[in-house]
Amino acid sequence: MSSSSATNWFAVWKDLRPRSRLFVTVMSFMLPLLLWCLISYVPWLWHPKVEISEPGSVAYFKQGMLVDDELFEKETLKAEAANKALPEGIPSNPIYLPAPHEVVESFYTAFTTPPKRRTEKWLHESLWDSIQVIFWGFFLSSLVGVPLGIVAGTYDFFSRLFEPFIEFFRYLPAPAFGALAVAILGIHHAPKIAIIFIGTFFQQVLVIANTTRKLDPALLEAAQTLGAKNRGLLFKVVVPGVLPDLYRDMRILLGWAWTYLIVAELIGTSSGITWFITQQARYKNFDNVFAAIMIIGIIGLTTDLILSWFGKRLFPWQRKATKA
Amino acid sequence: MNHLIDLPSYLDKDEAVRDRFERLKQRPVTLEIKNLGKEFETPNGTVTALQDINFKVHKREFVCVIGPSGCGKSTFIRILAGLETPTSGEILLDGNAVHGPGPDRGMVFQGYTLFPWLTVKKNVMFGLEQAGHGKAVAEEDARQWIDLVGLSKFENSYPHELSGGMKQRVAIARALANQPRILLMDEPYGALDAQTRSKMQSYLMEIWQNIDITILFITHDLDEAIYLADRILVLKAHPGEVQEVIEVSVPQPRSPDQLLSPEFLATKKRLEELIHPPEEGEEINSDHLNMVRMVSVDSDVESVF
Repeated sequence: MSSSSATNWFAVWKDLRPRSRLFVTVMSFMLPLLLWCLISYVPWLWHPKVEISEPGSVAYFKQGMLVDDELFEKETLKAEAANKALPEGIPSNPIYLPAPHEVVESFYTAFTTPPKRRTEKWLHESLWDSIQVIFWGFFLSSLVGVPLGIVAGTYDFFSRLFEPFIEFFRYLPAPAFGALAVAILGIHHAPKIAIIFIGTFFQQVLVIANTTRKLDPALLEAAQTLGAKNRGLLFKVVVPGVLPDLYRDMRILLGWAWTYLIVAELIGTSSGITWFITQQARYKNFDNVFAAIMIIGIIGLTTDLILSWFGKRLFPWQRKATKA
Repeated sequence: MNHLIDLPSYLDKDEAVRDRFERLKQRPVTLEIKNLGKEFETPNGTVTALQDINFKVHKREFVCVIGPSGCGKSTFIRILAGLETPTSGEILLDGNAVHGPGPDRGMVFQGYTLFPWLTVKKNVMFGLEQAGHGKAVAEEDARQWIDLVGLSKFENSYPHELSGGMKQRVAIARALANQPRILLMDEPYGALDAQTRSKMQSYLMEIWQNIDITILFITHDLDEAIYLADRILVLKAHPGEVQEVIEVSVPQPRSPDQLLSPEFLATKKRLEELIHPPEEGEEINSDHLNMVRMVSVDSDVESVF
């Protein structure tokens, strides 16, 4: 390969070639994973603890116990000095950082391990609870927020009427309404859905109003010279015109809704994936905790990819525009 | 200005052309502009964009509006379309005052304003459906107009799949489908390359000759104005006022070979004088580059001459 055809990885504002692009995308996941592997599997990197494999003469050491490096050395020196049996152990990381393979195993075992108590739920049941809460919170918020946002973005009247108050309300942190939501709505799903609603709704109206305002005014003028009046302008020009951008906003907002999920699920009786995470942390099953957190990430990313795939099919006229 | 060849006066017309203008002025008035004025409030005070414009467009006439930049051409046509309100004066369409935009004044914009989410056919159907025509009727009508601009093959394409010239042809078809009394065109070919532009001019002439439509066309291209127009309304800047109304002496129907005819050149010379008047005094110096020689003495090419 001559130097002129070699890939320039850092060309300003230029797309990489498809193969290079794929490579970088894969690296985006591989690099953090590699770092994690290094810390987990290379014994002299970090590993501040020692896992006891043979207590030797140290009375309070037990097999499988995790002790600090320094303590282990001190006890070893002591045993050496006293000419007693030496403790043995291998360097290891704190319990809160499980190795990749342990987390991978947990992906499977977390689903197959029955709950400790009969009243508790399986992981898949907890997940399903979470998804329901997200869905209803987001759905109800969108049901009101999307029309309100479009109307506020289209008519100055509604913009002045809604936006100042919403602007104020969105600074009130949604979790602050937790106690109130429980008092009004009980302890089950309803208050959690309410928190997600509060967290999403106010941002949603403002974001969508702004998106609506970005519609090319020339399209509205053209429509007016073609005889479109108020209703026609709103439903035949504004709505279809902003739909692709609105869809993209919704994808971003759905991501925010997941952030509120964790807070929402701690309200009333703890439930869903958050309950699972706190419960597993209590049992010190940090591999399960990691697995559960990653499941949230995987669900989020997968939904987003599916939605983006649908978007391309729903709005075929956007395909060129977004690429350019 | 020194001209290398002697041109006739732009006012000279041969018999046929003069006769045609006589008859043209007998036609009913489609659009009448009376004492039109427009002022804008800016932080630096009131700016008069247009002042006391009086003009009549006759039925099936092709009028071009031309003027130096900043003369308010765009404001003028936007007021005619109803997209802006005049500060004074009024606009009569077939004798009736108009307020606000309406389908009786079709408009083709400089930028591409096709609805990107609609196919070519649906774009053309837009106005018809807004007017309350049934879907089947609108579709059939739209097909006819698309056929007229020669884009039948593309009726199911989206605007982003079309070239600039094709987009403007759809825009014309979309405006004509409403059967407006007058077609307003705001520098519609400004963004097109020279070749496409001259093709589009020929298409437009053909459409205009065959359809019952009056056209008011804004441009800053002198050749375009002379080639297309029956009459040219020349505006001057600061404030925008009518400077002259030129009856183009180039005989109709027009063809590209007339671009070098004496009448054409005479008209162009007149427009040049009106729009780029010889500058006087200080202004010349203030608008010149401050040039010093920046070629090294031992350069291979010492002079461009």
